[in-house]
Amino acid sequence: MPPPVLSVRGLRVEFPTRRGVLTALSDVSFDIAPGEVLGVVGESGAGKSMTGAAIIGLLEPPGRIAGGEIRLQGERIDTLPYDRMRRIRGKRIGAIFQDPLTTLNPLYTVGRQLIETMQTHLSLSDREARQRAIGWLEMVGIPAAAQRVDSYPHEFSGGMRQRVVIALALCAEPILVVADEPTTALDVSIQAQIIALLKRLAREKGTAMMLVTHDMGVIAETADRVAVMYAGRIAEIGPVRAVVKAPKHPYSAGLMASIPPLDRKVAHLAGIEGAMPRLSAIPPGCAFNPRCPHVFDRCRRERPELIETGTTRAACWLYDPASERQAPELLRHG
Amino acid sequence: MAIAAALSRALDSDLWWSFRRSPVTMLSALVALVCILGAALAPWLAPHDPFDLATLNLGDAFKPPAWSAEGDALYPLGTDDQGRDMLSAIMYGARVSLLVGISAVVFSTVVGVAVGLLAGYLGGWADGLLMRIADIQLTFPSILIALLVDGVVRAALPRELHDRIALFVVIFAIGISAWPQFARTVRGSTLVERNKEYVLAARVIGISQLRIMLTHVLPNVVGPVLVIATLGLSSAIITEATLSFLGVGVPPTQPSLGTLIRIGNDFLFSGEWWITIFPGAALIAMVLSVNLLGDWLRDALNPRLR
Amino acid sequence: MAERVEAPRGAAPVMLAVEDLARHFDVSRPLLQRLLAGEGRRSLKAVDGVSFEIPRGTTLSLVGESGCGKSTVARLVVGLYRPTRGRIGFDGRALEQARADAAQRRRMQMIFQDPYASLNPRWRVSDIIAEPIRAFGLAPGAAAQRARVAELLTQVGLSPLDGEKFPHEFSGGQRQRISIARALSSNPEFLVCDEPTSALDVSVQAQILNLMKELQARLGLTYLFISHNLAVVRQVSDQIGVMYLGRLVELAAAETLFTAPRHPYTRALMEAIPDLEMTGRQRIPVGGEVPSPIDPPSGCPFHPRCPLVADRCRAEMPRLLPPRGQAGTVVACHAVEEGRDPPPAPAGADQRIGTTATAL
Repeated sequence: MPPPVLSVRGLRVEFPTRRGVLTALSDVSFDIAPGEVLGVVGESGAGKSMTGAAIIGLLEPPGRIAGGEIRLQGERIDTLPYDRMRRIRGKRIGAIFQDPLTTLNPLYTVGRQLIETMQTHLSLSDREARQRAIGWLEMVGIPAAAQRVDSYPHEFSGGMRQRVVIALALCAEPILVVADEPTTALDVSIQAQIIALLKRLAREKGTAMMLVTHDMGVIAETADRVAVMYAGRIAEIGPVRAVVKAPKHPYSAGLMASIPPLDRKVAHLAGIEGAMPRLSAIPPGCAFNPRCPHVFDRCRRERPELIETGTTRAACWLYDPASERQAPELLRHG
Repeated sequence: MAIAAALSRALDSDLWWSFRRSPVTMLSALVALVCILGAALAPWLAPHDPFDLATLNLGDAFKPPAWSAEGDALYPLGTDDQGRDMLSAIMYGARVSLLVGISAVVFSTVVGVAVGLLAGYLGGWADGLLMRIADIQLTFPSILIALLVDGVVRAALPRELHDRIALFVVIFAIGISAWPQFARTVRGSTLVERNKEYVLAARVIGISQLRIMLTHVLPNVVGPVLVIATLGLSSAIITEATLSFLGVGVPPTQPSLGTLIRIGNDFLFSGEWWITIFPGAALIAMVLSVNLLGDWLRDALNPRLR
Repeated sequence: MAERVEAPRGAAPVMLAVEDLARHFDVSRPLLQRLLAGEGRRSLKAVDGVSFEIPRGTTLSLVGESGCGKSTVARLVVGLYRPTRGRIGFDGRALEQARADAAQRRRMQMIFQDPYASLNPRWRVSDIIAEPIRAFGLAPGAAAQRARVAELLTQVGLSPLDGEKFPHEFSGGQRQRISIARALSSNPEFLVCDEPTSALDVSVQAQILNLMKELQARLGLTYLFISHNLAVVRQVSDQIGVMYLGRLVELAAAETLFTAPRHPYTRALMEAIPDLEMTGRQRIPVGGEVPSPIDPPSGCPFHPRCPLVADRCRAEMPRLLPPRGQAGTVVACHAVEEGRDPPPAPAGADQRIGTTATAL
């Protein structure tokens, strides 16, 4: 195994509020290997976007990293001053957000933005940089790139803008790309094009990618491994096939069952009763215990760590041999 | 019980919390409270009645403040050319200033909110017409509008009648000069609210436009109005003081702070500084504290700054 | 020019009939700028000649990507917009006539997409739900009204005590339940649901869809359901209309649409949905993007993206016609009419048995 590009250990993010400190992320740990796509899924408020923001050093104040460490190729980046982190963000970590307009400067042509980004981080002549900018626009599938390089962001459609953002995130040849809901604002037909593009580029360039989304379909198509988040923690993490096809954590299982099938009509959709707790009201023990169909005493008392389940690791007491209750057949074998 | 519950809810609110965190705001609130109480309760609190000619003694004219050598403990802030107690005159004057200011703000709020709601909700030509009127008025300084209104009314009405309604004329003149700000703000918020789905839901069941405006849109656009009204109060007080200083404001029988400053102004260079400085200080204290409260309210109600 | 589309003939009378419905929006720049630029008025044809019928007690869904006009149809149908052209019939009456009569208006209601904007934040939940009851005078007296609100809250799975709270105290899914309770409070028979679950998380979406299906069965409701999510639509619909640039391109019984999609756009939409089965199959996404509805392409609006494009498609607007051997479906496609399209098959059926897919 090559050393991981990104290594997150025990990440904890807190929000001081007038009613006390809220813990938004707690004990989040994972690695991403070179060329690997890690999907991070969860419902709104689970902390998936915040994990991405913490890694790229763009947590919204008053949020702060209160524990754990984030290492990029072995070097700690969570403690770096803002300026050093900004340089890393351009050069070694690329970021793609849901709304392309927040990333693009409306006053500059897309070519100028690409060229500036490349020249800041790579030593290139003006001519070379321009040639490469056109090359990148071609690579992300923008037709007539040699002409479009001098267009302004507002002259592109939404899908084309997101392609430009992808080019911008990748042009300095980062070793890690953090993509936060990159296709959510796009229509399905465009979404499919963008997913295909991201997947191809990650493979071709060997870039590690953290793909944050609420769309299981996108994850299933793009990711190698998946982390399912719930109430600021990782509920389950493992290879994409195992998590999607045979989830071990009752929450992941409920989540997968909730997705309406496209190939048949069912009389009754399985859902999960209730809703994810607010940060200010996370129950003791396992955060999922009030909604869990398999809950037992221990879940209400102790908070489970990630436990090996055979195919994945799940934060669930059903998989601790010491528990009074063990996972039912249904969960064990998917 | 209900009051206790309401009180605890109010004390628990974000507004109260941000209030308690800002010493400047708490100080302003205290000053504003003192000004308002002093003015409102002037007939009961003031040591003298400046309008009771029987108690005036010309022999007491031009007394300096009580702490200076020739001061008289009877007149803590000294007396004016007629022997009137300055402290009492200021309290009564502040009463007039506040009365005019508050009335004018209420007037412009009612007009501005109504116009803004109608323009924003109805849209189309009604919106175009109302907002062009507001734009045109905004190109003139408000003091000019107030002077104009006052001048026209003065010329149109017989003197005796004018004196009787002079206070209302000033309130109208100041109020009419300030409505466009309210109208613009309310129109902007209304444009946002009227396309929200809760308004559509009310339209689907056929609730009348007027009812939607009053029960749905209005409660959701009042936040910013409160802020402009508070800031507007201080500028209304200033406008009134300016008008009175120029001698076209409230009738001299009911001197406001502006009137007092004008009277005192004549004596400033002959050494009787207290006749104009103290009313001026009172005016500044009042306007500044109200303004700071308005600033705080604006920040506290703005979700983006929180 | 637009075809009158016959709904699948059953015993049920038609609740809503829409014929050649069109709505154009004026998107011209202000007069002065228009004169300076020397350009004329411009109009956006959000909906342009849509016809369908919904039999009582059934659900018709409209699907399509953003800007296809599906939400505009929803708003036209409840009278929030006036049609530029065409007719809307509500239970045999002209919509305008029905809207003017409170007794008729009461029978139609709407559920909206955004659970955060659809409830007045300054009102208590009980007042929100009671608004239609008051407006139509359905429960005389405060006690009767309170009882009705409590009953409605219970019906949508909330507690009668929740009526005292304000909307911000609820989660997205609970708010959508409140929206449904408000819609049900006037005892409607016809509900327009504009993307009712799009803003919700997937586990909550399942709860709301189940609730809506259960209410339909219990109260005999008729739904016009708007969504961009094909998997959701399959779960709730009897008929499905696929819209593209303000027009219906295919209208079919729900099962038929999924087992034998005919229009190239319908096929492309199904192809585009990410695959949860991870067959490793390479999807071929449809190229290009939806053109601007202000300046739509000539002929068939889908022709610039269509794999089956021919000269006729660029020149002539296709009409909604039943394809050969497939009664009950209508498709607006020259290729289908001429038999140039590949044989109908369930979307990617060969590779994608047991496909489940969609957003959380």
